Amino acid sequence: SSWWSHVEMGPPDPILGVTEAFKRDTNSKKMNLGVGAYRDDNGKPYVLNCVRKAEAMIASKKMDKEYLPIAGLADFTRASAELALGENSEAFKSGRYVTVQGISGTGSLRIGANFLQRFFKSSRDVYLPKPSWGNHTPIFRDAGLQLQAYRYYDPKTCSLDFSGAMDDISKIPEKSIILLHACAHNPTGVDPRQEQWKELAAVVKKRNLLVYFDMAYQGFASGDINRDAWAVRYFIEQGINVVLSQSYAKNMGLYGERAGAFTVICSDAEEAKRVESQLKILIRPMYSNPPLNGARIASIILNTPDLRKEWLVEVKGMADRIISMRTQLVSNLKKEGSSQNWQHITDQIGMFCFTGLKPEQVERLTKEFSIYMTKDGRISVAGVTSGNVGYLAHAIHQVTK
Amino acid sequence: KVAGAGPALARPPSSGVGAAGRPSVAPGVDRTALLLLAAYRTDEGQPWVLPVVKKVEQMIANDHSLNHEYLPILGLPEFRANASRIALGDDSPAIKENRIGSVQSLGGTGALRIGAEFLRRWYNGNNNTATPVYISAPSWENHNSVFVDAGFKDIRTYHYWDAAKRGLDLQGLLDDMEKAPEFSIFILHACAHNPTGTDPTPDQWKQIAAVMKRRFLFPFFDSAYQGFASGSLDKDAWAVRYFVSEGFELFCAQSFSKNFGLYNERVGNLTVVGKDAENVQRVLSQMEKIVRTTWSNPPSQGARIVATTLSSPQLFAEWYDNVKTMADRVLLMRSELRSRLESLGTPGTWNHITDQIGMFSFTGLNPKQVEYMIKEKHIYLMASGRINMCGLTTKNLDYVAKSIHEAVTKIQ
Repeated sequence: SSWWSHVEMGPPDPILGVTEAFKRDTNSKKMNLGVGAYRDDNGKPYVLNCVRKAEAMIASKKMDKEYLPIAGLADFTRASAELALGENSEAFKSGRYVTVQGISGTGSLRIGANFLQRFFKSSRDVYLPKPSWGNHTPIFRDAGLQLQAYRYYDPKTCSLDFSGAMDDISKIPEKSIILLHACAHNPTGVDPRQEQWKELAAVVKKRNLLVYFDMAYQGFASGDINRDAWAVRYFIEQGINVVLSQSYAKNMGLYGERAGAFTVICSDAEEAKRVESQLKILIRPMYSNPPLNGARIASIILNTPDLRKEWLVEVKGMADRIISMRTQLVSNLKKEGSSQNWQHITDQIGMFCFTGLKPEQVERLTKEFSIYMTKDGRISVAGVTSGNVGYLAHAIHQVTK
Repeated sequence: KVAGAGPALARPPSSGVGAAGRPSVAPGVDRTALLLLAAYRTDEGQPWVLPVVKKVEQMIANDHSLNHEYLPILGLPEFRANASRIALGDDSPAIKENRIGSVQSLGGTGALRIGAEFLRRWYNGNNNTATPVYISAPSWENHNSVFVDAGFKDIRTYHYWDAAKRGLDLQGLLDDMEKAPEFSIFILHACAHNPTGTDPTPDQWKQIAAVMKRRFLFPFFDSAYQGFASGSLDKDAWAVRYFVSEGFELFCAQSFSKNFGLYNERVGNLTVVGKDAENVQRVLSQMEKIVRTTWSNPPSQGARIVATTLSSPQLFAEWYDNVKTMADRVLLMRSELRSRLESLGTPGTWNHITDQIGMFSFTGLNPKQVEYMIKEKHIYLMASGRINMCGLTTKNLDYVAKSIHEAVTKIQ
């Protein structure tokens, strides 16, 4: 007999399960709108030119492979903080922050979650927007925290339920943890406007909540890194000492290299040092120290003026292609004769779009048209191309007319 | 904390400290004896990127068909299969019977952590945080933290190092296993025990396995030095393979940091050996869930290098050669240090220097003697008396031997 007879079979990952099914499909018109990885207009993965250049620089330098410090590559973490906070940020210039390298967005979120579990004694509750990225819940749960929710998405309008959000947030017990998506909300693509962010900051401050920003799409949402970081920077300027996780998976296309960072804004540099020491104590028994490759690529790009400029152009290019696919999808739906209101498709931002399609409609899209997406009607706009947007519009019209 | 130890030793650094934690050497002293780093050094005292690694990295850099897409949650399939094959052997019955699983992890540490998290959730009941976990006395200091942070509440030590005879306390070890509650988890060093360098002999492993089988104790191997210890992959994996042949279900956390010199790429693998394929499948499905909330999916670069190397007979042979180069240099330094100490007539016996194996040696120096080495001779070693043999070079052997001689004769 086995030690493992009672171990249950884990359920397949809902998002990756979509890709598995897609791979098995033999229909030549099939579309994978499930997983959130950018594709070019030919539907192919895109390695950024600035990444290739950085890699060539690395290959020519013949560096050693010695362990990184536990907190990661210093040039990377400093550049990462500057990218998020802005070079003129008082918090950045005064050094009242600590940034540690994390294993892309997930790893950075997890470090933060573990840190809060250990050191944020005021509350065990993390408030997530409804809905949120599916992996947020198990990450915080595995870190030992509890999950609550605040209203966020209004399925009737396919946009932000701002009054619902404000109402719920104003009732969150003081000193709880609230998670906010900095930009390009996943899965809905619905972001607050700047005036709405201001009100959110005010109520969060009033309730004395600990703000955890998840920023996985800086630059990738609007095409402008400063615009996408606006909410994070505004909150900090309002005196809210946020914690922040960043990912370079999408905006630098470094998915499998796992480049990310976790930041804590502190009262002063001395506090930051103490926080850093505790973050290291959390990281060491997880994986000792982080992988170099992705962080070094990102660091070279961020710290080399020419490559940084090139990166900004490329990330805007990706954002623009996505925005244009949104526009084309809506115009194609109109052309198909759809009488539904599809404005939310262009109002929403980032990689994902909450189409508003119901599970039965999603199932029809998959069965009849070989179009794959998650059951909640979320599509990855990155999987849409000028070559297949017409087919997609046609299929959506068929299941919604 | 050792009184008087320099700032670098206030918290024993061992691996993972890197440049930030390197102590400064006295002016005029040629980079001597930084004997506490946990990385290989050449005879020039330099880090060494394996030639085969350089070659494969260039191949990867030149291959523009490669991209940076996400790996699967459990990692690169070619890496996983090859890594487990290296540990278990090409002719492993477990592989033939399709009852093994692999989880690509962030270094050996990551593999240990995934295994620990899984065991806490699913071993000996559900979420049984009370299952005792036994770690050797002494062991790598991070073992304790891994299991504590994974949620285990009862971490114990088992007798291992006999300071008086400078060798394995086998009887103490076996006694601890006899007394351990059934189903306790035992962390075993597959080879090149860190920090003592002292491994059980095959005969001793057989005794250990017999007790563990009888008492239903769970073997969790930590294999961070396969190939690096003796120069032979098979020899360094003997214990793991013996346990498999004895029908154990076990975990083996593998690191490719040392034997591939890929320290900062974080290449590791958790090998799972089960009773049958069906059990292993369920185990892997749950490990996937754990990985998903820890790092989602593992980094690509290091796994590609290892997979490419291990799956090409030519590159594999080159790698084997590189590994042997490292192992042989360490073996040479051991014999050279021992012979110098014996020539100097340094009090005590010094055969343990060559009896021990791998990167580390427990010299037997006491804390006061260690302090002398650091303060007076600028030779940096751990308070435990552990030295990293890789820090020895033909240039500093004499100095180190003389310094040990002084420390032992002047300080008691």
